[in-house]
Amino acid sequence: MKAIITVLGNDKVGIIAGVSNTLKDLNVNIIDITQTLFDNTFAMFMKVDTKNATEEFSVLVSKLHECGEKLGVSVTMQHEDIFNSMHKI
Amino acid sequence: MINTGEILETIHMIEKENLDIRTITMGISLLDCSGDDVDKVCSDIYNKITTKARDLVKVGQDIESEYGIPIINKRISVTPISLIGRNFSSDDFVKVAKTLDKAAKEVGVNFIGGYSALVHKGFTNSEINLIKSIPEALASTNLVCSSVNVGTTKAGINMDAVKLMGDIIKQTADLTKDADGFGCAKLVVFANAVEDNPFMAGAFHGVGEAECVINVGVSGPGVVKCALEKVKDGDFETLSETIKKTAFKITRMGQLVAKEASKRLGVPYGIVDLSLAPTPAIGDSVAYILEEMGLEQCGAHGTTAALALLNDAVKKGGVFASSYVGGLSGAFIPVSEDAGMIDAVTKGSLSLEKLEAMTCVCSVGLDMIVIPGDTPASTISAIIADEAAIGMINCKTTAVRVIPAPGKEVGDVVEFGGLLGTGPVMKVSSLSSEKFISRGGRIPAPIHSLKN
Repeated sequence: MKAIITVLGNDKVGIIAGVSNTLKDLNVNIIDITQTLFDNTFAMFMKVDTKNATEEFSVLVSKLHECGEKLGVSVTMQHEDIFNSMHKI
Repeated sequence: MINTGEILETIHMIEKENLDIRTITMGISLLDCSGDDVDKVCSDIYNKITTKARDLVKVGQDIESEYGIPIINKRISVTPISLIGRNFSSDDFVKVAKTLDKAAKEVGVNFIGGYSALVHKGFTNSEINLIKSIPEALASTNLVCSSVNVGTTKAGINMDAVKLMGDIIKQTADLTKDADGFGCAKLVVFANAVEDNPFMAGAFHGVGEAECVINVGVSGPGVVKCALEKVKDGDFETLSETIKKTAFKITRMGQLVAKEASKRLGVPYGIVDLSLAPTPAIGDSVAYILEEMGLEQCGAHGTTAALALLNDAVKKGGVFASSYVGGLSGAFIPVSEDAGMIDAVTKGSLSLEKLEAMTCVCSVGLDMIVIPGDTPASTISAIIADEAAIGMINCKTTAVRVIPAPGKEVGDVVEFGGLLGTGPVMKVSSLSSEKFISRGGRIPAPIHSLKN
């Protein structure tokens, strides 16, 4: 399934690398990325495909959450439909 | 293409503005469990519920985890139990209540509704026995919710039932007096009850419904309030449009979750109930929306108009977002479950009379209202009669869920805890309605019910 990963927190070196490495280890494919800084706040959004992931969705969610904790940022992953259904007629 | 603004908006709604799915309710028909052998009926009911709803809680949790949207409650509604027990005594019906309780605990749901009777035109023997069993049933179970429909626009109002329900509410309070009359928080008296309401305590699975169905209730008062904060000095058109667009987004969550739950459980999708349902949590209040619209406090003159605008705008936005809208679909004004309501009542800004006016324009009636423990049964019946009349004449659902807390009087506060909140005791008129209520019979259906 396609999901959206949202990463928010204070900017520092290594966030993109940290999250991407975790996704690589879980065999989650990155389809699209956008990333920006608002003042010192880091914001990154990734569209990913979990169809060949090595773990169940809920396990991916918690591994990403742990990864975020180590990096000092919040990392959430949600099925893309929650965004599509809310914002598209 | 990733739209970062939309993603952040959705996440903010969930994490900061209390957007959630208030309930996924599985409606289960028990018509095929009906019979005259109480032990067999109980066994059939238990088996059917625990089979159909076996995966309900797990599916709710999976959807919650994958979509990142909290699903607060998983619940069950069943066919009105008065239709299931042929020639059952009140004691037999209490056994059924205990079976429902046991089944609900087995599958892990929060509540099970449907210990109900639809008596708007008159009672059957079974219905009288079920109604008389309600106090004992609610006192001896935890998760069972009960409702009685006493009037409709088409049938008029069964005033014998209205009189009886005043007594039943008092008895229920008395049997649960150690919990401040908590049993009454699980009992609703309706006019024009609907068959597909997913919210408790009034949920039941109507006889016109299918074998099994999934209904969803969403909840976003906090989201609506935050949207209105951004349009500070907007005119009424701006208010309406803002609420409509917000209601669309909120309801789309409900539609998504309902369709997904339906698919995973292999059960048809029924409806999304659009109701704005508050919780006692700060930032999740319908009363605060009304205050955001410009009222000094909920209960001020203008409250009814503000609620009318809010309720209508929620429906207009929500209807476009969902393929099937049903249930109650309006604004809830449960006093003990809404931080702003609790505050308004405590400060003396909001009276029972104003709440009654508000029920003319919103979906649920006098809800979760604690009244003095010594309120006479006939006064409670008269409160029910007033609400039923509002529902009957205006072709809408109205309801009464009052708790005459034993030993409590105006100035006291009752703590129910959790989603059921805090109830400041409200003043009730001390004038007697005894003679009116004891007349007996039915109030005839209004002329405009003759549509043919």
